[in-house]
Amino acid sequence: MTPELLSSLSLSTPELIIAVGALALLMIGVFSGERANSTVTGLAVALLVAAGAWMLVFGHDGAGYGTAFVSDPFARFMKFLTLLGAAVTLIMSVGFAKAEKFDKFEFPVLVLLATLGMLLMISANDMLALYLGLELQSLALYVIAAINRDNVRSTEAGLKYFVLGALSSGMLLYGISLVYGYTGHTSFEAIAAALSGGERQLGLVFGLVFVLAGLCFKISAVPFHMWTPDVYEGAPTPVTAFFAAAPKMAAMALIVRVTMGAFEPIGTDWQQIIVFVSIASMALGAFAAIGQKNIKRLMAYSSIGHMGYALVGLAANSEAGVRGVVIYMLIYLVMTLGTFAFILAMRRKDGNVEQISDLAGLSSTNPMMATILTILMFSLAGIPPLAGFWGKWYVFLAAINANLYALAIIGVLASVVGAFYYLRIIKIMWFDEPVGGFQPMAGELRLVLGLSGAFVLFYVLIGGPIGQMAEAAAKTFF
Amino acid sequence: MSGVPILSLVTFLPLVGAFLILLIRDDGDAARRNIRNVALLTTVFTFAVSLLIWIYFDNAEAGFQFVEKAAWLDSGISYHMGVDGISMLFVILTTFLMPLCILASWESVEKRVKEYMIAFLILETLMIGVFCALDIVLFYVFFEAGLIPMFIIIGVWGGKRRVYASFKFFLFTLLGSVLMLLAIMAMFWQAGTTDIPTLLAHDFPANMQTWLWLAFFASFAVKMPMWPVHTWLPDAHVEAPTAGSVILAGILLKMGGYGFLRFSLPMFPLASEFFAPLVFAMSVIAIVYTSLVALMQEDIKKLIAYSSVAHMGYVTMGIFAMNEAGVQGAIFQMLSHGLVSGALFLCVGVVYDRMHTREIAAYGGLVNNMPKYAVAFLIFTMANVGLPGTSGFVGEFLTLFGIFQVNTWVALIAASGVILSAAYALWLYRRVVFGALTKESLKGLFDLSGREKVVLYPLVILVIFYGVYPAPVFDATTASVKALINNVTVSIDAAQTAAAN
Repeated sequence: MTPELLSSLSLSTPELIIAVGALALLMIGVFSGERANSTVTGLAVALLVAAGAWMLVFGHDGAGYGTAFVSDPFARFMKFLTLLGAAVTLIMSVGFAKAEKFDKFEFPVLVLLATLGMLLMISANDMLALYLGLELQSLALYVIAAINRDNVRSTEAGLKYFVLGALSSGMLLYGISLVYGYTGHTSFEAIAAALSGGERQLGLVFGLVFVLAGLCFKISAVPFHMWTPDVYEGAPTPVTAFFAAAPKMAAMALIVRVTMGAFEPIGTDWQQIIVFVSIASMALGAFAAIGQKNIKRLMAYSSIGHMGYALVGLAANSEAGVRGVVIYMLIYLVMTLGTFAFILAMRRKDGNVEQISDLAGLSSTNPMMATILTILMFSLAGIPPLAGFWGKWYVFLAAINANLYALAIIGVLASVVGAFYYLRIIKIMWFDEPVGGFQPMAGELRLVLGLSGAFVLFYVLIGGPIGQMAEAAAKTFF
Repeated sequence: MSGVPILSLVTFLPLVGAFLILLIRDDGDAARRNIRNVALLTTVFTFAVSLLIWIYFDNAEAGFQFVEKAAWLDSGISYHMGVDGISMLFVILTTFLMPLCILASWESVEKRVKEYMIAFLILETLMIGVFCALDIVLFYVFFEAGLIPMFIIIGVWGGKRRVYASFKFFLFTLLGSVLMLLAIMAMFWQAGTTDIPTLLAHDFPANMQTWLWLAFFASFAVKMPMWPVHTWLPDAHVEAPTAGSVILAGILLKMGGYGFLRFSLPMFPLASEFFAPLVFAMSVIAIVYTSLVALMQEDIKKLIAYSSVAHMGYVTMGIFAMNEAGVQGAIFQMLSHGLVSGALFLCVGVVYDRMHTREIAAYGGLVNNMPKYAVAFLIFTMANVGLPGTSGFVGEFLTLFGIFQVNTWVALIAASGVILSAAYALWLYRRVVFGALTKESLKGLFDLSGREKVVLYPLVILVIFYGVYPAPVFDATTASVKALINNVTVSIDAAQTAAAN
């Protein structure tokens, strides 16, 4: 082995851990059948933790496999978030798997493969590496969405996601080919160098638009959001939790890296696109969620809106903006995991329920659950001193600095509209008459919900160090 | 006193009480009694500690006192606390009203006592924080976070249309505040800091001042509330439980006036000068129009709510007169209104607890079997009218005096509001208290209980005391107000000279 390959391998050890581990777990699952589900899930979580721990201890900056793969503070920060999202959703799926006969060992294995794709996406520094990572992630996610194959809604969700996802991948690929055609490069640095030289051609802008369209699909930003509510509603809840958490981290990291890396010289071009997508997502997320009755569907629209807020930071095209995106994604991840821990715990004797009206009077029947969800909802609405407010603070701070006043004003107004439906959930839990409580929460869900609530509540105390970490991550590009 | 973080102590003491209550298991009457006692002790203790602030307050010092500063978040956002003559008395007002609120809820709140007391104690922390914060982000956090407990208080323990009222309250206030948030961000990039004392010394460019002023105005005008964005107030007041109304009228409304004094006037003096006529117009409309609306109300609480809007009109008018009499009067009016309107809502609470209706028509002739109540109610009504000898007179007189020097017409129209306020307040009093005791349901009413006396009598004493001898208040505020007016005048003069050259 050449020293160069060795250093590349060492740089990508977390990915290797997961790749090798996923294949091994697949073998274990195949040979021991369905009994192995909980073992496989446990081992999968252990692999994710091992990958994260390796990054924490041995993580270092550098580029590998030519320049296709980079490791830098930004990549490591976003990988932590992705691994956290994947690991927590796997932990939360255990109880659900037992109760709902959802004990398929393929689920943890597919989650691992999807996570592997995400890690590659985050580290991608070349259009081809980007596409490979993205497709590995997407193919695993298509299967996961339809994993409940006896259920019509789940298969419909999977099919819908597959058709639209394939279309978006096609657009992305087409965009990549245009960019390659006009610059002659696939490496991000080489593209940036080519762009900063001469004047830009129209075809290249087309390429940029197609690439961004393909990526916006993955973070479910408007107008590429159509699949989100159906997939969120149709997929089994642990799958929905996974969809809402991990892939969003990776895709957002990818958008940041593509715009800040490859297309940095034509910032004014992509800024317009991001501003539009951001405004559309915030507005749709705010208005479309109002009429929802199913809490998973509501969370789908909520996540569309939140992606819009995160993009506000990116639209600023500045270090403060990237810092905002990074902090926003962290806070969004924690709030989402907490909320889905709650949704998974919405259980009566005769099974899980998903309607918002099922929450009526929860503050008297399950006061602790209701209180923590109330905190999470106020945080999602962006009310200080909770974490959600600080996420918005950083992204809007960057937007104001970039003189994007219209974007900022529309954004905060959308957040007021959005506050309405979060308040509605609180109102149903506190002001309405009880309709009967839920079963006691499983231990692991209790833990996730409690930690998430504590993080959101005490963010004011730990915000300083988190801000510094995010700042270090954002410095990568400047 | 140096070394003791007394402001943080006062701010977070209620939170400690809330935590203790959290530990009490809410099962049965004994537990509920404990919860009430802990809440009362916490608020009384907080009040006692807060009095130390007044005692050790240096009246001659115009700047901030009891200052605490610690690093907090990145970008230079710090935990910075301090009070000056403008904010100190609002802290005392808050801590003074809270024990009364807890006592007023002693028997009227029966369900979910634990959550109720926790919500009130959290609210107290946030309200004190608003007046002590010396970092604008810290201020915003306290200012905005207060919506959470108030939303829950109105929504859970409120009247029939509580859901509508709580949503309206929350969304109206939030809408105003988010624009202020953007303005705060713009100020951060312009001045490079969120530290209030530094921002006070910073000269913002004139055209930027206009936008910043408007954004802050959006927030404070809703909070105040000024006509025409006052419509959330009557709903919120009517539906809120008694103590909630007291806090709303007594403290939350004052945050708007405090905001004008702390931010709009000293930080954007040119814009304040420019927009002063707009504020005057809105103030006199509020005074006359809402007084007329108050005349027509069938519901006691709604009437007092509209009267609050009218009284806040004097405050905004006095603040933007931008002279010493006007600003002093506005501060005094806010403090006095905090006592008087709080007392009036407590009076309504007394009869509401007995009759469970707020309809004016359901009452009449209460003087016959509730003489002590009638006297207390009379004194508060007179203070509301602004009768000389009560605290209500001092503030109204000074604001009118201040505005008279600036704009005689505004003073003239505003003065007519005094007459209108006499009309609605006295008419309310006549219909509720005087007349023959004809209604069967009213005949069995008993006079003030011991607990109600403890709540109302201190207010009676204070209303008369500050009406006769307002000096303690002015002693504390004068130095800071003089410095404020001086800064504003210097900035405006400098801008005019620059424009003339």
